[in-house]
Amino acid sequence: MNSIIALSLFGIANLFLGFLNNRKILLPATLAFVLVALGLNLADWNQEYLWFNNMLRTNNLSVNFASVILVATFLVVAVSRGFGDDEEHTHPAEYYAIMLFSVVGAIMMVTFENLIMLFVGLEILSVSMYILTGTDKRNLRSNEAALKYFLMGAFATGILLFGIALIYGATGSFNIHGIEALVLTAAGGSAPALLYIGIVMVIIGLLFKVSAAPFHFWTPDVYEGAPAIFTAFMSTVVKTAGFAALFRLLGGAFTGVYGTWIYILYFLTMLTLIIGNITAVYQQSFKRMLAYSSISHAGYLMLTATAKVAHTQSSILFYSLAYSVATISAFAVLMVVAETKESNAEKTNENFDIFNGLAKNNPLLAFVLTVSMLSLAGIPLTAGFWGKFFIFSDAFQRGIVVPLVVAVLMSAVGIYYYFKAIISAYFKEGDVPAIELKPIYKITLIVTTLLTIVLGIAPDLVKSIF
Amino acid sequence: MLTLTLILFPIIAGLLTLASKGENAKTIASAAAFIELALGAYTYFSFVPDASTQFGLSYDWIHAAGVKFSIGIDGISLILVCLTTLMVPFIIVSTFNSNYTNANNLYALILFMQAALVGVFTAKDGFLFYFFFEAALIPVYFIAAIWGGENKIKVTLKFFIFTMFGSLFMLLALVYLYMKTPGEIHTSDITALYEVGQNLNPSQQGYIFWAFFIAFAIKMPLFPFHTWQPDTYVEAPAPATMLLSGIMLKMGTYGLIRILLPIVPAGVQAWGLTAIILSVIGIVYGSIIAIQQKDMKRLIAYSSFAHVGLMSAGIFSRTLDGLQGSLIQMLAHGINVIGLFFIVEIIQQRTKSRELARLGGITQTTPNLTVYFIIIMLGSVALPLTNGFVGEFLLLKGVYEYNVWIGAVAGITIILGAVYMLRLVQKSMFGITSRITEGFQDLTFSEKAVLFPIAFLVIALGIAPNAFLHITEPAVSQLLTIITK
Repeated sequence: MNSIIALSLFGIANLFLGFLNNRKILLPATLAFVLVALGLNLADWNQEYLWFNNMLRTNNLSVNFASVILVATFLVVAVSRGFGDDEEHTHPAEYYAIMLFSVVGAIMMVTFENLIMLFVGLEILSVSMYILTGTDKRNLRSNEAALKYFLMGAFATGILLFGIALIYGATGSFNIHGIEALVLTAAGGSAPALLYIGIVMVIIGLLFKVSAAPFHFWTPDVYEGAPAIFTAFMSTVVKTAGFAALFRLLGGAFTGVYGTWIYILYFLTMLTLIIGNITAVYQQSFKRMLAYSSISHAGYLMLTATAKVAHTQSSILFYSLAYSVATISAFAVLMVVAETKESNAEKTNENFDIFNGLAKNNPLLAFVLTVSMLSLAGIPLTAGFWGKFFIFSDAFQRGIVVPLVVAVLMSAVGIYYYFKAIISAYFKEGDVPAIELKPIYKITLIVTTLLTIVLGIAPDLVKSIF
Repeated sequence: MLTLTLILFPIIAGLLTLASKGENAKTIASAAAFIELALGAYTYFSFVPDASTQFGLSYDWIHAAGVKFSIGIDGISLILVCLTTLMVPFIIVSTFNSNYTNANNLYALILFMQAALVGVFTAKDGFLFYFFFEAALIPVYFIAAIWGGENKIKVTLKFFIFTMFGSLFMLLALVYLYMKTPGEIHTSDITALYEVGQNLNPSQQGYIFWAFFIAFAIKMPLFPFHTWQPDTYVEAPAPATMLLSGIMLKMGTYGLIRILLPIVPAGVQAWGLTAIILSVIGIVYGSIIAIQQKDMKRLIAYSSFAHVGLMSAGIFSRTLDGLQGSLIQMLAHGINVIGLFFIVEIIQQRTKSRELARLGGITQTTPNLTVYFIIIMLGSVALPLTNGFVGEFLLLKGVYEYNVWIGAVAGITIILGAVYMLRLVQKSMFGITSRITEGFQDLTFSEKAVLFPIAFLVIALGIAPNAFLHITEPAVSQLLTIITK
């Protein structure tokens, strides 16, 4: 739990580092901060205790989730390259500080014991993300995305808060273990309607954050408008934290009324899978495709959350890790290619054609992109395959067959759009000049790619810990 | 350990090839393929011909889920391991006359493919089987999509999505069976899956049957799941076509024998007739289309479609002869079809055309090519004393035992096969020399180095099929006792 305190302090320290007028120091400093936080987090392994007047709970589950979040943050920071050298328009110190603050929020969403903490964590995370989305100040789309995200997000948080209030009204408690006990007894007898409405509202609030259908409408625009680096951050850290919170509520506090919410999630899972995958097929923009793909991955994760079996937590963790690593490498490749084309004064966009001919002069980048696409598509030899495999097993164990069949069909659809990127990189004519990568960038890409392959061959390395 | 070496060695060699350049890559890749061939031969000779699984080995793969990395070789596996180790060297040598850009990548992908194929044929765990089954797709996709023809992108993507789509159903079926295995920690060991599957009630077995059947039927392919095949064979470069038709489609037939028959005997009982009818439709339909083809590669693609139909019909007959015939035919068809595609490649390189109408008269300058082409063609037509005869005879006998009428219809394959194969040779090799076939060069040394052994195998297997039949027989008999229990 010390990681929360440390990260808050580091965030402030980062702001002060900004005064040094030395942009070079920020990146290594932030990486070091994240590593220290990760170390502090791991130090809590195998200890179970409550913090801040029973507001937060640390246990192995929370350590695991926080670790996945911190690893994703580390990778995103590593490929941020200090946010360019544009003195006037960028403020790297602030960006890094806000990223650290948002991680604080994410970890709170993982460790909350009290619904108030869930709300506070979610707000810290969300407000940070609204700001980061709008950091490309001169870009109209970035501004639009930030405003859209903020308005929709505020609305969703409102629903969440209302839900929490209703649950409090029905059970008289904010503590999730208290609620769990009360829900169990209430479910046996006559539970007040308030409770059910409250539960549904809380679920809706969280589903919005993880961009599940039909609460996904903000996702494509926000993903496309935000600078790619923050899109990568958003689609990995926010999603992992959101699912951690969702899992803790569904698997814990709301277990008693499983029979009520399972049908809602049943339906929404199928809807999310179908909307995410089918719409992704029609996208021209790579970034927008990744937005819809992130919706579809939310669908897979919802499938296991719905199954609610003994392995669910490790399935969610493994899937989140596999998905985060692959997504970050995909965004990293996109960023560096887009930037090179821009500096050559070419008219660029973030469509699939940006990768045309990538393999010719940049075999490493093309390979990294390929592995990450294969992993997202769930092809064997990559971590993504095992992620899907674990989720399908969970769904089978619970016997939820119809959403499972939908998920299987949709993963076949997924191959189509993920392969479009591979096809552009290898088989289409185009010209991408050889790109000189900074060592840290190169190392990060190699590490993420190796991690994807190693986990694809020996998933037990990580799965046995989760 | 031997089995593991057979899988790992090509991967290591492939990585080395990837790191090397130009001529070096050629040397490393072919040396590796021949060492692997020697390993395969060693396996063949040290195999004790009984029904047991040999050279087995098992590690924990996903401990908490009870999934094991367990591999081993029995008679059925051995014949396919032999096919794989035997044909890959020829596939590699057959590329020496063509100029592929970044050839080292091509060789590396072929070697990776080999590793995955050996993995499929030796896996003794349901999920491991699936893992290799899918992993084999990736290298061949890239070979076809990088070095393929004009429409390669569209065609290869269609191929990939088709086969992946089918396999997902297999994954569902495997997970379903896995969940039913007894114990706190389930197991996906293949014999445990057999037991679970056999204890399901007939209607459940029916669902599982279709889930597996679609996966394998797409891979082989059977009618009506074949639409990806002709285009892919035509657009893919020669080595990919050889890999696909020579070895990879055997993953489907092998899957029928290893997975489908023993897991859901009652399902096969109920739906076997449907499967055989689909197979026989494929035989007749494929042959008739093959007769009308103008493009050599497309003609062989359809002939392969017809042949695999017969193999599948033999497997679903569930007779000793049918199964034995399908196994020996897998080997024979692999050898023949690789030989045929190589000859097409030679003709295409020399004349820049595969169209039968534009060819002809090649025999006049090419005694060697003519002899090899006719030998391989006869093997494919199943003339007695060639490798094709043994398999086709046993297969037809098996189907005949199952049902006389179906056997009779399937028998048409011999006549139709002769028609399209003879037409292929006649139109391309004999007749009047055309403008593009004038001064056709006879075979070079490396081409002879591929075709001579293939022609030799065509005859040797035809004379002494027992070399393989006695190896597969105990395993097949044991399988039949499991099925009919």
